[in-house]
Amino acid sequence: MRAVIAVIGKDMVGILAGVSTLCTEVNVNITEVTQSVMQDLFAMIMLVDISGCTIPFTELSDRMESLGAKMGLSVKIMHEDIFNSMHRV
Amino acid sequence: MINVHDILETIQMIDNENLDVRTITMGISLLDCCDPDIDAACEKIYDKITRYAKDLVKVGEDIEKEYGIPIIHKRISVTPISMIAAACPGKDPVKFALTLEKAARAVGVNFIGGYSALVQKGFGPGDYALLQSIPEALSTTEHVCSSVNIGSTKTGINMDAVARMGQVVRETAEITADRDCIGCAKLVVFCNAPEDNPFMAGAFHGPGEPDCVVNVGVSGPGVVRAALKKAGDCDLTGVADLIKRTAFKITRMGQLVAQEASRRLCVPFGIVDLSLAPTPAVGDSVAHILEEMGLEQCGAYGTTAALALLNDAVKKGGVMASSHVGGLSGAFIPVTEDAGMIDAARSGALRLEKLEAMTAVCSVGLDMINSPGDTPAEIIAAIIADEAAIGMVNSKTTAVRVIPAIGKKVGDELSFGGLLGGGPVMEVNRMSPARFIGRGGRIPAPLQSLKN
Repeated sequence: MRAVIAVIGKDMVGILAGVSTLCTEVNVNITEVTQSVMQDLFAMIMLVDISGCTIPFTELSDRMESLGAKMGLSVKIMHEDIFNSMHRV
Repeated sequence: MINVHDILETIQMIDNENLDVRTITMGISLLDCCDPDIDAACEKIYDKITRYAKDLVKVGEDIEKEYGIPIIHKRISVTPISMIAAACPGKDPVKFALTLEKAARAVGVNFIGGYSALVQKGFGPGDYALLQSIPEALSTTEHVCSSVNIGSTKTGINMDAVARMGQVVRETAEITADRDCIGCAKLVVFCNAPEDNPFMAGAFHGPGEPDCVVNVGVSGPGVVRAALKKAGDCDLTGVADLIKRTAFKITRMGQLVAQEASRRLCVPFGIVDLSLAPTPAVGDSVAHILEEMGLEQCGAYGTTAALALLNDAVKKGGVMASSHVGGLSGAFIPVTEDAGMIDAARSGALRLEKLEAMTAVCSVGLDMINSPGDTPAEIIAAIIADEAAIGMVNSKTTAVRVIPAIGKKVGDELSFGGLLGGGPVMEVNRMSPARFIGRGGRIPAPLQSLKN
């Protein structure tokens, strides 16, 4: 099962480290990363494999959200199907 | 990998443009709960609803978390209660309303619909008693919604029921006058009522439906408006095309949620209702879409044409995105639930006559309209009759949800709170239709050919 982690907010030190540390802790494998910085705005999209995740998805989602709150960013994890169904016929 | 632009677009829609799944509604048949002993029937109803819907709210919340898409309501619709009440003649049907309320609280849904009767051709056993009991049922419960179907294209309009419903609406307003007449916000009078509608207050589980089913209603007026704003000054062909594309995306999301809910609840998927359902929140208004198309304010000449385009494009875009479409599908225009409509009604740009014309080309009908507190029952009945006639002749669903604001006059306001919103009392035409309504009888079903 794959999911998308989207991080949006002001660029700062340690964004990638923070998110990937959390992924490691719960055995989530990062398969692809793409990021762009437009002026001050930082947008990072990660494609992750959550089949080996050691905690339930809802808990993972809560932890990502609180990690974001701590860094003053929006960190969301969403099942990839929502993007596939919305944007592919 | 999925396109980054697409990912950001979806997140933008959810975070800033109020994209959401408006409701997951579980339809439950109560036909096997009939019993001549009303207490036994109520017990069976409570048991069945709480057994079938025990995981509904939890599953909704889980899907919300996993897909990151807000699901605003989790609701239940049941078989029209008049059919169950028919088995226990002489008993007070309010007991059923109290049972539904108890069940709704037990499973944590925010509305339960189906305190309903289908009387388009005449009153069957249980129907009249149910109509009589609606004011008390709605005043003694918080989550129960009621609807009555008084006409259809195939049967014509039951004018005896129309006259009675004029009184029922008025009585319901009076009995809940201390709570801003909120009872009437939970009461809809239909023509051509759909049997699989997931939206309240008109949801009920039709007799032709399976034992249990999951229906989903999508929303997203804010997304459509934002897309139009971005597109700038394209012509109306471009506008229609853009709305179709946006509706497609919105509906695909609804379809995904519906399938997932159906799988997790082990209940068949029924339909996706392709709707643009506004909320009073800023940026979630159907009126603002019409204004974005180029009208100074909703209610101006051109409103009906703009709404016709919007309604049709939403359906065209949505139909391909879902395997089964149903319910009320189209743009909703509930006045007190739509920030743009509230403003237009306050400024006088939007009047009842224009709203009536708009209902000929869009989903549902005269919805969430506050009328003066001294509006007599026969005028309410005549409003219902006019609206039903539009539905009957045009083979579409129409409905009336009017709230006589007891003790208030034009310009005063009612406030219901939450998604029901609030808004100004609107003027109604005071010429008396009393003799016409007093005649009773039935308006015959219309001819389906020689369409002019």
